[in-house]
Amino acid sequence: MKKVLISDPTLRDGNHAVHHQLNADQVAAYAAAADAAGVPIVEVGHGNGLGASSLQVGMGLLSDAEMLTVAKKNLKRSKLGIHCMPSFATINRDLQPALDMGVDVVRVGSHCTEADVTERQIRYVSSKGKEVFGALMMIHMTSKERLAEECRKMESYGANGVILLDSVGGFLPNDVRNTVEHIVSRVKIPIGFHAHNNLGLAVGNSIAALEAGAGILDGSARGFGAGAGNTQLEVLVAVLRKLGYETGIDLYKMLDAADVAEKELMKVVPTIGGVSIVSGLAGVFSGFKKHVERAAVQYGVDPRDIFFELGRRKIVAGQEDCIIEVAINLSSQKERIRAN
Amino acid sequence: MTPTPAPNQKLKVAILGSGNIGADLLIKVMRSPHLECSLFIGRNLDSNGIQAARRLGVNVSDKSIDAIIQDPGCCELVFDATSAKDHLRHWPILEKLGKMVIDMTPSKLGVMTVPAVDFASDIMDRNVNMVSCGGQASIPLANLIAKTHEVEYIEVVSSIASKSAGPATRVNLDEYIETTEAALQAFTGCKKTKTILILNPADPAIDMQTTVSAKVKKPNLEALEPMLKVLLARIQSYVPGYELIVPPVYQGDRIFLMVRVRGRGDYLPTYAGNLDIINCAAVATAEKYAQKKLKFVGGAEEARL
Repeated sequence: MKKVLISDPTLRDGNHAVHHQLNADQVAAYAAAADAAGVPIVEVGHGNGLGASSLQVGMGLLSDAEMLTVAKKNLKRSKLGIHCMPSFATINRDLQPALDMGVDVVRVGSHCTEADVTERQIRYVSSKGKEVFGALMMIHMTSKERLAEECRKMESYGANGVILLDSVGGFLPNDVRNTVEHIVSRVKIPIGFHAHNNLGLAVGNSIAALEAGAGILDGSARGFGAGAGNTQLEVLVAVLRKLGYETGIDLYKMLDAADVAEKELMKVVPTIGGVSIVSGLAGVFSGFKKHVERAAVQYGVDPRDIFFELGRRKIVAGQEDCIIEVAINLSSQKERIRAN
Repeated sequence: MTPTPAPNQKLKVAILGSGNIGADLLIKVMRSPHLECSLFIGRNLDSNGIQAARRLGVNVSDKSIDAIIQDPGCCELVFDATSAKDHLRHWPILEKLGKMVIDMTPSKLGVMTVPAVDFASDIMDRNVNMVSCGGQASIPLANLIAKTHEVEYIEVVSSIASKSAGPATRVNLDEYIETTEAALQAFTGCKKTKTILILNPADPAIDMQTTVSAKVKKPNLEALEPMLKVLLARIQSYVPGYELIVPPVYQGDRIFLMVRVRGRGDYLPTYAGNLDIINCAAVATAEKYAQKKLKFVGGAEEARL
């Protein structure tokens, strides 16, 4: 049977959807349910990963340590994973304590063209004998050739695989196929794909990645994730079963875990709202949604205009401060037009 | 003893390190009325930096620190633009030779210096450290917020163009964060600080932008704004491309303001505001030292600084 490794970022990417306010009971409930279903990797943390709790991207309700401790306690079979970006997290302050707390799998992430900033952390995790993957974000912002180069760098640092993140959910199935096919023929390590559902293509794009040679797929229960959400994990598991892939996940228990997620974690199940469609089209990080909506209200401008302007300026994840700058500019433009 | 001013005399400085920082420093030093680069030092005569220095008619050497050991009289002040690791080795040597040292690396060895905040001070250490680019852009603002508010938490986010971040910056992001956070604590007295650095690869390259956010108990923008105006003028006197792009706003429980730093386009194009601001700060510090030192050259004994 064909195999695929499933990694579940419900308790990390989903944190974007609730402004990083997941509490200990919620983490415990979903971690236990995912563990019971046999999900291989359960990723936990602030939406932007380790050390990211900040005014810039949002203060987390729980500290990294609190989240990881609760999750670890509730995982018997599943591996505990984290997302870690060198812009936010350092080895001494964040990564070393996380490994000491029993994290099994680390993804060290960067913007899609900046893999060299991950070298030190990938080597560090690897030297500690833990599983380590590279993660390239916002992959729509560069070419497949450049992505292959960046993957090769991560491979040379010792990564066990590289995950490609369509952080804005703007890829179409053909983009995914071309990109993944190009990369898998140029690296030896497995390639993974992490989708967002802004254009309604998350499950389809994940399957396109798989058929093009990807060996790792991300999915969240009920799609709980930034913006319009991620690939809906229970749907993905069902589709993979139909396609004849082995995931090691029990379908019924996965469906139950998704019910737990809907009941315990989210006020509303992710849907593809107008703002998320625009964010996908504009090519802007899905995690900006809540910030953009807030700035739009505060400065009396259309959130869709903010997204298109951010896209025009090629703003990347972590530049949330630019949202306020753009909103203020749009608002004063509006004032000037009104005055004339 | 009556000090005699010597207006036409320039302080001799050596630049150790021929990378982007060193080469850009050279152009700024050559523009200074108080400084003269007597030796530009690298490790390879074919490097871009050494070649640029030669074209500018500056004495060059490929002997690294040995160039100063062999000719200690060549300079009074050394800019160390190598790496934190190299600086730890260079400092004991330069200290023994009695050199004033301005450390451009994140070695955390010397006294952290930000000209816009320190200008009133008379204390001159023999080894001063220029913190980091984000530190130079943010610390004057953070310091001012702390002067006018009770601050619970302070956070600095800088976005810089990918093209302006060389290999050393990329491997040393942890040191950048640790050094900047330590300096923020030292200059604000606030124990909880956070620093984030974002590399943006957009083409054309973005200008450096730095945001300072502070959680405060009671906002007092009325006190902050006039002092900010004075402070901006003081920073602009040595960093011409420094500009406030979002004036202080208060939302929720935080003050938020944002600056942009355009470089002068000396060695790297104007997008490299990050490189420009730390070098402008270093040159301003060296000039201050030179002015104090040269005031006393007419006297019989060396002035105590």
